[in-house]
Amino acid sequence: MDFRAEIGLNMNSIKVAFKNIVFLYIDGFRNMTTGKLLWKIIAFKFIVFILIMKVFFFPNYLNTTFTTDEEKSSHVIQNLIKGK
Amino acid sequence: MEDTLLVDWSRAQFALTALYHWLFVPLTLGLSFIIAIMETIYVKTGNIVWKEITKFWMTLFAINFAIGLATGIIMEFEFGTNWSNYSWIVGDIFGAPLAIEGIMAFFMESTFFAIMFFGWDKVSKKMHLISTWLVAIGSNLSALWILVANGWMQHPTGMKFNVDTARFEMESFWDVVFNPTAYSKFLHTIGSGYVMGSLFVVGISAYYLLKNKDVVKAKKSIVVGATFGLITSMFLILSGDESAHQVAQHQPVKLAAMEGLYHGHERASIVAIGQLNPEKEIGDHTPEFTWSLEVPYALSILGFHDMNAFVPGINELVYGDKEKGIEPAKDKIAKGKIAIEALKNYKAAKKIKEDGKAQEYLATFREYEQYFGYGYLKDEKDIIPNVAITFYSFHVMVGLGSWFLALFFFILYFSMINKLESKRLLLWSALYSIPLGYVAGEMGWIVAEVGRQPWAIQDMLPVGMATSQLSVGAVQLTFWMFATIFTALLIAEVKIMFTQVKKGMEEH
Repeated sequence: MDFRAEIGLNMNSIKVAFKNIVFLYIDGFRNMTTGKLLWKIIAFKFIVFILIMKVFFFPNYLNTTFTTDEEKSSHVIQNLIKGK
Repeated sequence: MEDTLLVDWSRAQFALTALYHWLFVPLTLGLSFIIAIMETIYVKTGNIVWKEITKFWMTLFAINFAIGLATGIIMEFEFGTNWSNYSWIVGDIFGAPLAIEGIMAFFMESTFFAIMFFGWDKVSKKMHLISTWLVAIGSNLSALWILVANGWMQHPTGMKFNVDTARFEMESFWDVVFNPTAYSKFLHTIGSGYVMGSLFVVGISAYYLLKNKDVVKAKKSIVVGATFGLITSMFLILSGDESAHQVAQHQPVKLAAMEGLYHGHERASIVAIGQLNPEKEIGDHTPEFTWSLEVPYALSILGFHDMNAFVPGINELVYGDKEKGIEPAKDKIAKGKIAIEALKNYKAAKKIKEDGKAQEYLATFREYEQYFGYGYLKDEKDIIPNVAITFYSFHVMVGLGSWFLALFFFILYFSMINKLESKRLLLWSALYSIPLGYVAGEMGWIVAEVGRQPWAIQDMLPVGMATSQLSVGAVQLTFWMFATIFTALLIAEVKIMFTQVKKGMEEH
């Protein structure tokens, strides 16, 4: 007996369910009114926050200054010992 | 000077982003549950009006959610850039809760969010309702993990400092998660979100009643909002009591600052309302207040659940009190310096491979470890946070919380006897209480964060030691960038909200 049939897995019903989920999103996005503006705002934020601010203004200080964990911990411990 | 400026600007930037972020979060926390309750009524009764009501509030929820989305991620950028020492030191502790938060927020909220908004008439009523509840629960669980992390900073527990890696390492996940400071904070914080959500629903519905628009739906919304608000306001008082109890146990200087208490005593009272004496200096004998109205015994009860309990004041906490077993801050600073010196010697001994000596220094470090952070303070008075900001923020928060309780009670009462529409002053008060809800929430965070200064991690790491070596100019530049972007987002939210509210409840 086919394994899929044995465990009651019906590929057709999975395909239908998957199709329904995709159409839920497609229809949802298509019929949005206020939502369209909100998505534009979300896209704007992601561009500004992640593509611009994170890259150009907020590098991870330790990751960009040091390469290994040993170097990072040594730097921090030196700060702690010296009191900066 | 450069260092002080850098710390101040880094703190200002973090405060700015956190305060702006908190303008969006509480409404998400509260409104999500109110919507779930409304939809439950619709599913139970089958009354289509409740479906329309749910859809209207869902639209406003979506606006707030979309505008607030990703405003919190900025704080994570700041950790890595401005607070690199701190980030490194706490990485092991914060990693787990923040990762759980990220996964939970992403999978739970984003999956069920789609069904909640796009799934009307496409999935069964029950499935839709379950999705709405799961969005509410998911949002609140996200808050749990963030507040577990914050609670740990206020009262570090379940960890050990690794002197070789300079990191706090988690020894017990459950001690971190069930840290009483964390869950009392969580409950109080989500409680404030529920009250905010209720104020929002009641206030906007009151506006419709004042304008004689969508009256039936507004009245129904008010009943749900005011009931939820009344119950959660009482919950807020209880969780606030537990929160203050935790502060008394672990952050006594914060409690003293919250109450402007310089001279500690038994059977301490709470200042219900009053003005701090601006001339007051620590250690002098001038009065603490120019005028005040006090509630006897209340501070002893609030802090220690005992009306006769001694509540230490700022003087005792700085200069010590032998009789009460309170150690002077000067002694703690001296012990902290011993811990720092021991750490330095340990590292030097390890470098030249003198393991025996290294172990001796390590033992000394462990003996004084609990005072470690004090070793970086220059003066004993450095343990005092800004008393005026902490005191007034606390009292404004408590005052507004009391007003909200009364407001919900009267709104509900007049709704029940069907006389609410004629109480126009009450309706206007409800509308203008919406911004007051935001003020109360922000004041709460100011009490929590300003009140715990000078610490980034209570008693272990002062903020001055937590920052990166950046130029002040770089931090100033990004401060103003954020101020501009967040203000623009806030204006966008208010404008879009106003447009939707003006449209009325019909078109959603």
